[in-house]
Amino acid sequence: MKQEYIISAYSENHIGLLNRITIIFTRRKVNIESITASESAIEGISKLTIVVNDEKDKVVNITKQIEKQVEVLKAFYHTNDEMIFQEIALYKVPTQALMETNQLETLIRQHNARILEITPEYTVIEKTGHKEETQELFDGLVEYGVLQFIRSGRVAITRSPIEKLSVFLNERDALLEKMESRSRLRSPKK
Amino acid sequence: MTAKDKETRRSKQQNVEISGSEAVIRSLIEEGTEIIFGYPGGQIMPVYDALYDYRNALRHILTRHEQGAVHAAQGYARATGKVGVCLVTSGPGATNLITGIADAMIDSTPLVCITGQVASHLLGSDAFQESDVIGISMPVTKWNFQITSPDEIPSTLAQAFYIAASGRPGPVLIDITKDAQFGKLKYKYEKCHKIRSYIPEFPVNKDKLNQAAELINSAKKPFLLFGQGVILSGAEMELQHFIEKTGIPAAWTLLGLSALNTDHPLNMGMLGMHGNYGPNIKTNECDLLIAVGMRFDDRVTGNLNTYAKQAKIIHIEIDPAEINKIVKTDVALLGDAKRILRMLKILVKKRKHPAWIKEFNLAREIENKKIIQSDLNPVNAGLSMAEIVNNVAALTNNTAIVVSDVGQNQMAAARYSKFTSSRSHITSGGLGTMGFGLPAAIGAKFGMNDREVVLFVGDGGMQMTIQELGTIAQENLPVKIVIMNNRFLGMVRQWQELFFEKRYSFTEIFSPDFVKVADAYGIPGQLVKERENLETALQTMLSAKGPYLLEIMVEKEDNIFPMVPAGASVSDILLCADDVK
Repeated sequence: MKQEYIISAYSENHIGLLNRITIIFTRRKVNIESITASESAIEGISKLTIVVNDEKDKVVNITKQIEKQVEVLKAFYHTNDEMIFQEIALYKVPTQALMETNQLETLIRQHNARILEITPEYTVIEKTGHKEETQELFDGLVEYGVLQFIRSGRVAITRSPIEKLSVFLNERDALLEKMESRSRLRSPKK
Repeated sequence: MTAKDKETRRSKQQNVEISGSEAVIRSLIEEGTEIIFGYPGGQIMPVYDALYDYRNALRHILTRHEQGAVHAAQGYARATGKVGVCLVTSGPGATNLITGIADAMIDSTPLVCITGQVASHLLGSDAFQESDVIGISMPVTKWNFQITSPDEIPSTLAQAFYIAASGRPGPVLIDITKDAQFGKLKYKYEKCHKIRSYIPEFPVNKDKLNQAAELINSAKKPFLLFGQGVILSGAEMELQHFIEKTGIPAAWTLLGLSALNTDHPLNMGMLGMHGNYGPNIKTNECDLLIAVGMRFDDRVTGNLNTYAKQAKIIHIEIDPAEINKIVKTDVALLGDAKRILRMLKILVKKRKHPAWIKEFNLAREIENKKIIQSDLNPVNAGLSMAEIVNNVAALTNNTAIVVSDVGQNQMAAARYSKFTSSRSHITSGGLGTMGFGLPAAIGAKFGMNDREVVLFVGDGGMQMTIQELGTIAQENLPVKIVIMNNRFLGMVRQWQELFFEKRYSFTEIFSPDFVKVADAYGIPGQLVKERENLETALQTMLSAKGPYLLEIMVEKEDNIFPMVPAGASVSDILLCADDVK
């Protein structure tokens, strides 16, 4: 059964790595619904959040292929209900529409949106939420004339109390230490 | 140069600035590289210039095409277990490597491919011979990196060798801009032993090990399948000891060939589409399937919906992404095959399975009667590929390194060669690259010059990389070339005969007089048409001091059997053309 999954990957911040990751999807003809990439809580480590709509088996396979990339530290996959996530949307509407009616103000209030900038020509409104919520506001604004609209990719955080990555990194350091001493022992015979 | 001279030279030069190009060469030497296969060109000229000073320390083989260079590097890596190195220029030089890199990726062959690149200020400007080789090679490399500053050279090459050879091996591409080759750096080389984001091999899970041992100890009809992972981890002895203790019959995949003696009583033969009868049908009769260092390629499994459904499955595998990728396993043992087999052997009971083994032997008798005997003693006047391969095996006392191309020649070589030592079979498995054979044989011979290297190749594949005869001639390299000429692209023709109503669409192929072509290169050879001349011709070839080419005309429309048709179950393996529905 196809459903939405959030794939998160922690990686070194290297040129080209994003391409390496996205081609894993391309090769399997899996569409990326949204993607965000930015620095994680740990300096030098990037976090990628990728939303796809597909079968679990395929998502598991893709997650493993992502983790297989040399510069990827760890990749996870989660269903939507395992994570708390948000997207951000920006809407540009003519300021005149705002002036002419107070329904627009009600709409903004109802949707818990906020105004970022007002100029004589346009007003920029911001809303964070799930896609359905940002879409709902968009639908409501259409009749006032939306000049521009943009929605971000998803950012997501797990429901577990701590970020798994720090635990994971500590374990990995220990493992690498062990491996390094072994590989040094081995290498002279080469 | 003695080691001491080397040391003084090194310490002297420690604080002296050298060029990026020289750093490339010295890094390669630090990694133990003995030989490079390559082709010069504009954007790699500085490295070639530096190589000129080191030509006594580092051998360079000029191939006739970059594809030849990369396949030769593959052949070298497969024969020796060392990292194969190739060096080419930017643009077309780099793109010509791609087929070989893709081949090395799917067949887990350690390569370091160095490509020249336009100067960094020209990147993205469509400069002469600029191609985005980093982008192009991304899906087919284990890792790739573009060097734009000379300082990055030693550490990047150290990482390249570490990544290529460790864990599940694979090809690495390093693209070096011309300004980085010309630039200066304070050279200091340190080998790479770890990368934070990369775990080449996971520690063995003891619980899983116990679970596997329990399954093995209680199995009634256990069956072990092994692939190239056994060779890559150097686990040949461990595998043999393991099956001898547990009494488990074993079968190899195409790339697992030669990891165990062919005549070992527990070696039941080859799996897969043109594998042996027993291993294929018994896959669907065993109660426990132990897969070691193999990835359940579709040529091995046939239809997955009917593949070993009755059996519990243990998968011993170094690459986590392979676990449950194709076949769902009951116990996955992640890690190095050598270590796991050694640990597992302690936990398993000494057993014998005579009745079960007898079933395999019965299947072998059926195959022998229905296929092997007629393959080896054909009623047709035309020679069979099987009898040629069988003769070569006998005349070399089963000690040659057998290199094959792709197609019927490959299957005949795999089915009828016999092996007495590991790393003796080199072929393009996963990618099925026609034209792989000749350059791969070159690489294998350079790697193992004390061993006989025999290439089996078809008339089609030979013409794909025939220019490498030039490399053989220039180096006077004693590669023995056996062209089995059926005047067809045989394997495709076989499929057309069996599944496309004999509509031989563009599979009849004209070939030049190969013996004359060889002669033009100064390579001796002869044409064999008659059975009675075969053995003498093979003996002449094998006793030649230098290279030798034998063109053997074979029966035009022979088929390779048995055969698991695409999409069929392994238990529905066909023994002859009449079985095709």
